[in-house]
Amino acid sequence: MSEVLVDMRSITKRFPGITANYEVNFQVYRGEIHALLGENGAGKSTLMSILSGFYRPDGGEIRIRGEKVNLRSPREALEHGIGMVHQHFRLVEPFSVAENIVLGTTGRLQFYLNRKEFADRIVRFAQNYGITIDPWAKVWQLSVGEKQRIEILKLLYRGADVLILDEPTAVLTPQNVRELFQTLRQMADNGRSIILITHKLQEVMEVADRITVLREGRNVGTVFKKDVDERELTRMMVERDVLFSTTNRSHDIGPTVLRLEGINVVGDRGIPALKNLSLEVHAGEILGIAGIAGNGQRELAEAITGLRPVAGGRIIVGGQDLTNQPAYRFIEAGVSSVPEDRLGTGLVPNLDLYDNVILKDYRKPPIRRGPFLNHRVAGEKASRLVSKFNIQVSDLSYPVRMLSGGNLQRLLLAREISLQPKLFVASYPVRGLDIGATEAVYRLLIELSNAGTAILLMSEDLDELLTLSDRIAVLFRGEIMGVVSAGDAEIEELGLMMVGGLVTGGSRA
Amino acid sequence: MMNSWLVNRFGLRIEKQIRVSPWISLLIPFTSIVLALLVGAIFLSLTGNDPWKVYGVMFKGAFGSVFGLSESVVNAIPLLMTGLAVALAFRMLLWNIGAEGQFYMGAFAASWVALSFPHAPTYLVMPGMLLAGFAGGALWGLLPAIPRALLGVNETLTTLMLNYVAILWVDSLVYGPWRDPQGYNFPLTAQFSSAAILPTLGNTRIHAGVFLALAAAVIVHIILKHTVWGYEIRVIGESQKAAKYAGINVVKNILLVMLLSGGLSGLAGYCEVAGITHRLQESISPGYGYTAIIVAWLGKLNPWAIIVVSFLFGGFLVGGYTMQSAGLPAATVSILQGAILFFVLAGEILTRYRICVVERRNDR
Repeated sequence: MSEVLVDMRSITKRFPGITANYEVNFQVYRGEIHALLGENGAGKSTLMSILSGFYRPDGGEIRIRGEKVNLRSPREALEHGIGMVHQHFRLVEPFSVAENIVLGTTGRLQFYLNRKEFADRIVRFAQNYGITIDPWAKVWQLSVGEKQRIEILKLLYRGADVLILDEPTAVLTPQNVRELFQTLRQMADNGRSIILITHKLQEVMEVADRITVLREGRNVGTVFKKDVDERELTRMMVERDVLFSTTNRSHDIGPTVLRLEGINVVGDRGIPALKNLSLEVHAGEILGIAGIAGNGQRELAEAITGLRPVAGGRIIVGGQDLTNQPAYRFIEAGVSSVPEDRLGTGLVPNLDLYDNVILKDYRKPPIRRGPFLNHRVAGEKASRLVSKFNIQVSDLSYPVRMLSGGNLQRLLLAREISLQPKLFVASYPVRGLDIGATEAVYRLLIELSNAGTAILLMSEDLDELLTLSDRIAVLFRGEIMGVVSAGDAEIEELGLMMVGGLVTGGSRA
Repeated sequence: MMNSWLVNRFGLRIEKQIRVSPWISLLIPFTSIVLALLVGAIFLSLTGNDPWKVYGVMFKGAFGSVFGLSESVVNAIPLLMTGLAVALAFRMLLWNIGAEGQFYMGAFAASWVALSFPHAPTYLVMPGMLLAGFAGGALWGLLPAIPRALLGVNETLTTLMLNYVAILWVDSLVYGPWRDPQGYNFPLTAQFSSAAILPTLGNTRIHAGVFLALAAAVIVHIILKHTVWGYEIRVIGESQKAAKYAGINVVKNILLVMLLSGGLSGLAGYCEVAGITHRLQESISPGYGYTAIIVAWLGKLNPWAIIVVSFLFGGFLVGGYTMQSAGLPAATVSILQGAILFFVLAGEILTRYRICVVERRNDR
């Protein structure tokens, strides 16, 4: 192929207790879309943080256009034409699009003299890449997809010809994903290089030219897309064939554990989020909640864990009426949950593993001893969970924010499962996880269900819901459009209900 | 020309530190003090003094004699208690700037007991004053905590404002109804009965409050580190969302922590009137409640470190008084304290970031 733009040789990076990258070689050609694939914690982000100047490698060298460079900051990386679009955008919300693009570039003075001219220049610049923008729109008014485009434009405008995108599709709707991929292809055709950090195989197969797979910090191989298939890539990522088999599912459905009787819940902006919603979940059953995000899933999860008051209706858990009871009463009644926001809500980032494992049961003996905490019992619990759930951690007294995404989720699930819950509310439990971690989460959910726990599983992924659930309820604008048994559900039928179409034959809960 | 070449060729950059090494977090407060003393030295030489001589006088005054040392301890007692009080609240991200006012209200409530029961025996009046002092400060801390807990009213402002109310309240008493008729019109109350006065150590002014202050440090440490309540405080301080998720009652804890924080400051006020002044008077505190904020931060909110820092700052105050008698304004000490806080906060950034000088590239 053509010219090598980026050449990373034998890159090694160590963090306390962990080698994030070991002797990694990585090359990017001009004009290609190069996917960097790997499980969470495989070292993708570290490698790209080194390339974009956030971290410095402990060993190895970086050559850009053949010239050896020492990148000491993102700004220096950008001076060499390397820019990174992060998952969390770095835009100034109250500023206009044009202002955001010019911010931090030189010639700021000129801009204020020629606002109009500059805005036109940006619009023309964007058109080169097939992007239409309104230069005067304020960033806060933009959708997530539009913001992402502004981030990309910002880097292009600063002269980046190697663009690193960190999980760019995680925040996008399918429609936006398609547009993004078109934009990326156009940029590649214009001679820019794109590095795509991802763990979504189907996207890789759709858009990438070449693929580099990282596993445990090492480069497992760099391949052309045309030479591989998804199964082959999966094997490279996890070194085993993954089977999402649910055959070991027992289907003993027990008595009702959760009963929602016509609950009404108000969302954060004062708008009704759940309207007269009724549901039942039984012991040993997995009830999937399908629906496009923002249709009341979060409010539903918060209401049945006691975090959000209900304006009407009743919440009954295991026969107890817990309507508008404080959250600890739900915990005592055996409600466990994996919240959407794992680090920050489910786990306390700056506290260590010992403090995090007792977050739900510190009130009860044996962890509580009178007014005191029994540190010994807490320590035993931490070590037990770490070994039983295979959580990779170098030191239990490090703040848990140091853990990788997969390990964080394992820790959170471990703690919630250790409470032997009657009802388990899982909100997007595999979002952002790689195949290995996803499989582990699925296995845990099935084991939990077999043990007789009632599980409420929220997900955007219909395949996942169809594989795991016994029944699927579709949530649309705060209402249940229908509940279908997973055995006879059709994806098209569910998809129709997700956008508000009522289906005949789907029984109302 | 030269200057612009330098600016163009080199730049300063701030980078985020990935991990803070433990010895740096010890080095920073120490360096802050040294740098503050250096800045103070420059200030002193500019005002025509010999900084070494002045620092010598200060140091000798504070730590160079038994008397100086004992006076440093005397000043450290209220600093330790108020320092612990604000540190406890800071741990939960409650910015209690009101230790000064809570100190005054504690002093006022304890004095009320002493003055109302001049003939009561020690075993009644002492515990009574102690409880009243605690309660006075606690209620003064609770007052801003209620709107904070229920409505989210910013406590930084309300606690600060209440300081002025408390100070003026005490002033109005000692200038008005509580003024000692035999006090030659000075703004003082009558002296407490001997039953209401804390015993002292030998000939020094170190009073029994020192044990109370040290016990408070131990108790705060035990609460934070070893109790269920302290665990809740730590979780809330790190993430309120996680605390709610864990079923922790955040509202209740805001009230309780401010109650205890205010109570500790109130106890400091009680010790001051029962151990030092033996009466309520104007300006019983030279700003202990404000210095406490510096003490708490310099001690990194750690009770053991706060003991050491409050002794140091107690010495600082005594050194200030010595300087005053040597003809320098006591405000010099305030300048030094301000400089120290400034460098500590700057140092905080250094523990999390590093600054490097970089050569700019001209090739692009």
